[in-house]
Amino acid sequence: MVTFKIDGQKVTVRKLSTILDAARKLDIPIPTLCHHPALSPFGGCRLCIVEIKGSPKPVTSCTTFARDGMEVKTSSPQLENMRKMTLELLLSDHPTDCMVCERAGDCKLQELAYFYGIKENRFIGERRTYDKKDGNPFIARDMEKCILCGQCVRICDEIQGVGAIDFAYRGLKTKICPPFDKDLNCEFCGQCVAICPTGALTGKMWKQKGRQNFTKIDTICPYCGCGCNITLHVRRNEVMRVSSKPETLNEGWLCPKGRFGYQFISSPDRLTKPLIRTISKEYSASDTWNIPPYPPLAKGGRRGGSDIFREVSWDEAFDYIAERLRDIREKSGPDAIAGLASARCTNEENYLFQKFMRAVIGTNNIDHCARY
Amino acid sequence: MAGLATVFGSGAMTNSLPEVENHDVIFVIGSNTTETHPIIGLKMKNAVRKGAELIIADPRRIDLVRFSHLWLQHRPGTDVALLNSIMHIIMKEDMTDTKFIESRTEGFESFKDSLEEYTPEYGERITGVPKQDIIKAAHFYGNAVRPGIYYTMGITQHTHGTENVYAIANLALMTGNLGRESTGVNPLRGQNNVQGATDMGCIPNFFPGYQPAAMPGIRAKFEKTWGVKLSDKKGLTATEMTGEAFERKLKALYIMGENPVLSDPDIQHTVKALQKLDFLVVQDIFLTETAALADVVLPAACFAEKDGTFTNTSRRVQRVRKAVQPPGEAREDSHIITELAKRFGYHMDYNLIEEVFQESKKLWPALAGITYKRIAKTGLQWPCPTQDHPGTPYLFKGGFPRGKAAFTVVAYRPSEELPDAEYPFLLSTGRQLFQYHTGSMTRRNEAINAVSPTAYIEIHPEDAAVLGIKDGERVCVTSRRGSINIQAWVTERPLSKTVFIPFHFREAAANMLTNKACDPIAKIPEFKVCAVRINRTVDSEENVNKG
Repeated sequence: MVTFKIDGQKVTVRKLSTILDAARKLDIPIPTLCHHPALSPFGGCRLCIVEIKGSPKPVTSCTTFARDGMEVKTSSPQLENMRKMTLELLLSDHPTDCMVCERAGDCKLQELAYFYGIKENRFIGERRTYDKKDGNPFIARDMEKCILCGQCVRICDEIQGVGAIDFAYRGLKTKICPPFDKDLNCEFCGQCVAICPTGALTGKMWKQKGRQNFTKIDTICPYCGCGCNITLHVRRNEVMRVSSKPETLNEGWLCPKGRFGYQFISSPDRLTKPLIRTISKEYSASDTWNIPPYPPLAKGGRRGGSDIFREVSWDEAFDYIAERLRDIREKSGPDAIAGLASARCTNEENYLFQKFMRAVIGTNNIDHCARY
Repeated sequence: MAGLATVFGSGAMTNSLPEVENHDVIFVIGSNTTETHPIIGLKMKNAVRKGAELIIADPRRIDLVRFSHLWLQHRPGTDVALLNSIMHIIMKEDMTDTKFIESRTEGFESFKDSLEEYTPEYGERITGVPKQDIIKAAHFYGNAVRPGIYYTMGITQHTHGTENVYAIANLALMTGNLGRESTGVNPLRGQNNVQGATDMGCIPNFFPGYQPAAMPGIRAKFEKTWGVKLSDKKGLTATEMTGEAFERKLKALYIMGENPVLSDPDIQHTVKALQKLDFLVVQDIFLTETAALADVVLPAACFAEKDGTFTNTSRRVQRVRKAVQPPGEAREDSHIITELAKRFGYHMDYNLIEEVFQESKKLWPALAGITYKRIAKTGLQWPCPTQDHPGTPYLFKGGFPRGKAAFTVVAYRPSEELPDAEYPFLLSTGRQLFQYHTGSMTRRNEAINAVSPTAYIEIHPEDAAVLGIKDGERVCVTSRRGSINIQAWVTERPLSKTVFIPFHFREAAANMLTNKACDPIAKIPEFKVCAVRINRTVDSEENVNKG
């Protein structure tokens, strides 16, 4: 263990802890743009600089290990001046289109510019302009907004193990891109989108779907069995975006289905009314594979009202099902009826479904797709 | 599930997700983890970064192979031979845990004798894995301190799936690698609530909580709570339902949120079976291929439109919350079921969905300590018997539910339908990263469709050269059951003479080809092995994909 002082407060941390780790433990704010606790230290943004007593120059707290007896200062007029200058340099070639930027209000660079009151910029000069836009379907990559913090590069390599992107070119031309500056072609997990501190990486799906005033609801991903915790961003009864919090089972990481696979919820193909078959099954027997994935729009714009089915009320549907099932049970016994439950439904629904089959219908013919 | 339940007395993942990162050896067999369980895949990669050794046994060069220390490319369906020869070495070189075997297992002697013939040479002949790699795998696993075995459908979807699971259980038992943190046997469940649906008794032979439906005492308990007399007859499994429907013995089927037309083997058979039913009710969020055959289709609510709980693959019960209203007149499944029950004069009266959960935990003590309030932020892993119980991250700490765990003698036997002169290729089916199951959800996503537009068959360059097939060309794949036209992907992912097709795509449905032969115990169909032939000439559209 190592004991030292930050801003006069004594702190004890494990060996090989950085000054930044210790400061976070004490809840002392140190601004950073390139640091992430799950990734290797980078020391690139130079905002986390601190003064150590006896040391001639400030050091980056994210890459400096704590040593016994150190006396660290996280804020001083000189440090704040240097931080402000660093920010000004970062902003000097950064687009100032915050009013239309997807990340406004949720942008670390914007927030720091606000705290440091950077209105005028002494260093306005040459700008990076990139005409080429990335054609991949998931991730908008606006490299003019990139501050080269390298978090996306590190997460892709260190967490996802893919390494789809890296730093390329030099000097002012430095940018992050896939090999040979091609369009991104990766697993599209979107970890880089989740971690990007600015508007450089955003989801194409949620472009112009709103930035604030979402209702955020924590729930569980509907896909595989990992049980990732997700947060649905909802407005006007529509899921606009999916995110995940770092303090969850899945540490905030998601896969392409979990992060981008939510469109089906508000698909126009959703069933909206009970349907009863109007023509015999023999007709569809020869036609099974020629039916479109969903029947054409019915009058009034609703799906489902096709030649094969007619829309009915819930009462009619329930009465019809009960009548037919009762009839079959009387003639052939309860074991002529079976139920298939769903691994996509909740525990409660599955409990009710098997209870329905066993207690109401009177059969143990109940299973689900665990075998597929 | 059936396999592990027989051996240990409980069939679930024995470890939890955070423990994945702390194994010193990870043995992945029959699981394409990074594509089917991407987040568990991340944890495995992190374990490797932290120094764990990764062994993979898979006929395909899956993405995880990049991170592995040893890759055993065995022929599909030869898992028992591979595992037995690994165990042969462990036995020969005395890497077993004698104390564990004596105190916590039974049936070791006959099991020990059964391994005699599975020399690494024999293993190499059957599996195609070089014998030095078999020996290396035995050393990795046999000398490990905190090893974990991970498997999915690559192990279970065989006519000898249960035997595969027994062999895995034997390996963990003989080395005493169970009942400790970051040490165990972990079947990964493929859908968000397979674990929960099984827990809740949506399996014919068990009431909620794996309580045998055949036991009179148990039945009496449920009869008392539900207030009715319950059937003592053995129920049908999903695969048996299709068979009985085909023979017109089963008259009516009520399907909630499943699409067996695409997900079951041998589509022509499934479609015919469903058409022969007198009455089919399908309750779903889309008009799936199965719903199109129904007499009544009921519009249901999706996961974002309801409250409740899901149980993940590691037994963690987590809260599902309603975020939006269902479209039109679509209703929550729970509402539909209770309304329907009312029409039969049976009243399921619940004011809140949590009351259903409460009823289930009254009947199954392993959930008794879980309330919606306790899992508001983080889930809890069952068994969690009391209100102050912290949940159980790993199973079998003190012992096995059935007392002593049993070794099972397992002999290798070949798959049901192997390649021959007429159908020279071995077909395996499975999933890929971007699509999910029968695609009813993911294929309605433009971005996902842009990167994963249609089906493909993975074919080895050597085989492609012999057949004169170029990458991207359309070919016709035929089995004894049907034919599909599909795009060829010439790649070194599969083993030569084996091919792979993902099953998500209705226009080239892999299950047109698959064999409906099942494991005799678990009734899992053999999706991983069937024989096909590949022709360069594409069949006319009338002859393919016909139901």
